[in-house]
Amino acid sequence: MKKLNAIPMAMLAYLSIALPAYAQEAASSLDARVNEAFSNATGWFVNFIFMSIPGTNFPWIVMWLVIGASIFTIYFAAVQFRFFGHAISLVKGDYSDPNDAGEVSHFQALATALSGTVGLGNIAGVAVAVGIGGPGATFWMILAGLLGMASKFTECTLGVKYRNEYPDGTVSGGPMYYISKGFDELGLPGGKILAVLFSVFCILGALGGGNMFQANQAHAQIVQITGDFPGWITGLLFAAVVFAVIVGGIKSIAKVTEKIVPFMGLLYVGAAIIVLVVNYDMIGWAFSQIFVGAFTGLGVAGGLVGALIQGFKRAAFSNEAGVGSAAIAHSAVKTKEPITEGFVSLLEPLIDTVVICTMTALVIIISQQLIIDQATGNYMLNEAGTAIATVDGNGGVALTSAAFGSAIGWFPFVLAIAVILFAFSTMISWSYYGLKAWTYLFGEGKTTELVFKIIFCIFIVIGAAASLGPVIDFSDAAIFAMAVVNIFCLYFLMKVVKAELNSYSARLKSGEIKRFSH
Amino acid sequence: MKLVIGLDGQSSGEKALDFAKSMAANADSCELIVVYVIEWSPFSFQTAEENAERHKRREEEISIAMERVVDPAVSTLKEAGLNARAIVRHGDVADTIDDIAHAEGASQIIIARSSAGGLTTRLFGSSTASLVMHARVPVTVVV
Repeated sequence: MKKLNAIPMAMLAYLSIALPAYAQEAASSLDARVNEAFSNATGWFVNFIFMSIPGTNFPWIVMWLVIGASIFTIYFAAVQFRFFGHAISLVKGDYSDPNDAGEVSHFQALATALSGTVGLGNIAGVAVAVGIGGPGATFWMILAGLLGMASKFTECTLGVKYRNEYPDGTVSGGPMYYISKGFDELGLPGGKILAVLFSVFCILGALGGGNMFQANQAHAQIVQITGDFPGWITGLLFAAVVFAVIVGGIKSIAKVTEKIVPFMGLLYVGAAIIVLVVNYDMIGWAFSQIFVGAFTGLGVAGGLVGALIQGFKRAAFSNEAGVGSAAIAHSAVKTKEPITEGFVSLLEPLIDTVVICTMTALVIIISQQLIIDQATGNYMLNEAGTAIATVDGNGGVALTSAAFGSAIGWFPFVLAIAVILFAFSTMISWSYYGLKAWTYLFGEGKTTELVFKIIFCIFIVIGAAASLGPVIDFSDAAIFAMAVVNIFCLYFLMKVVKAELNSYSARLKSGEIKRFSH
Repeated sequence: MKLVIGLDGQSSGEKALDFAKSMAANADSCELIVVYVIEWSPFSFQTAEENAERHKRREEEISIAMERVVDPAVSTLKEAGLNARAIVRHGDVADTIDDIAHAEGASQIIIARSSAGGLTTRLFGSSTASLVMHARVPVTVVV
């Protein structure tokens, strides 16, 4: 193990000496070439996923997610509200058998899944949504977050129910397992093919949103502080550290991150609350902008529909409800009742989207980084007409940073550290999701696993070097493609969840399922 | 009489064991329950990979604790002709020992004086101290 650790360290040492010299000449052309090759290679896929419904400019995929979430909400009679209190009790451990102490608790499964979703989507993604769709996007984002709780409930219940428990005591779960096993159980054809299709998209999603988007935005954030330098340098550094963790097995790095990230999350929300408290007189105005913007667009590109698309898109990208990734993370929990993890998982979109994303949006709106045309009260568009003009011409994570910075001068530095850590922990989570899909396709084994891990590290470099546009498009497309397969299959499998729900709530009512006194 | 003996895997645990042994020798009938708690919190943060392997690790942790700490203790007690059995659990050390003693209806908990010292104890307190303060069963701390 010692020798393995030495390799990335040596790489780092070499890079820090050799790179600056190369960097100046080679870098800009390399970045440009990576960028061009990347958008050429992925354009068709992105176009298909974001194709508009004929006669409108509404991407079919966004409808797909929202209709799915709405159907689950109706089918389970608003489970996200009826069982909200019960979900909290489960997380607190009120229903955990003391004899299971030492196993994965509901809290741990939720925290692990959250560390995969809370991250750049909440900071950079929301800035993109509000920057393009205006404050009104926030309204649609919150709505999508609330509906998405039902999607998450459905997929995570199935994730636990159909997980594989191996003789050596490890578990594997996720959509690929519930699709193939669930379809077999119901006597439906095609389960295996759909599971394979999901796995392919999951690998692409892991390399896209779970990797390149993270590397890209982490680089953007570092550049803010250090000044401009080529992205592939950041990419190599990140790749070296991720390599050390997932290949070198240096778990201590991952462990430290897992412990710091929740505090970063609390710090972020805390800072947002401070900004809101300081500007308490503007909170009412911010909400009125959100409501008015939701139904009029307030002059943004695409109007009402533009705001709606951005809001829905960012919600889905941030909380991943319906995508299926969380089902992989939640499936390790120790419980006799799969549905309990479903209840717990419905808290995820709430925390991620309804709380954290909304905080970001409110800070951006209140900081008045988005320029309003005083004559009309509408937002002014930038020169290209694609997004709202901002005070410093910023977009994405830089916009969030500027918004926080306008209220708390030193916060951009904390934010930069938070972004880097969030990016890192999301990469570690997605390397696991991607790996599970990869081993589902190619079988478990040291060599096959190593191949995936190396590919994963290479994509970090590509992601950091490419410009934001193509990366963000491909990341969204790959993650949404997972949702195409997953939600389609959930429609067939939701009756299994319904049976679990009916049985569980009857036993909860009769007192058969009891709280444990601790 | 039922006694719960809390071990921490340190040599000081031997003293608690000896003390319990002499108490049991003076009693008419005595059941000794040797308890070892593996420090664990359901509210810690773990990676997805750690979660997937958690059940396996838990089994390993329990069997190591059995093998190295608890089984040798139980067999010395049995060799002395005493009625002894073992419990290994995950959790907060003080809370878990108290829960077990309470659930078993033990008349006393016997533990060794805290072996951790210095800064850690100052910051977080010791399991021994918190057991003495919060236990629902009388506690004897062996020095």
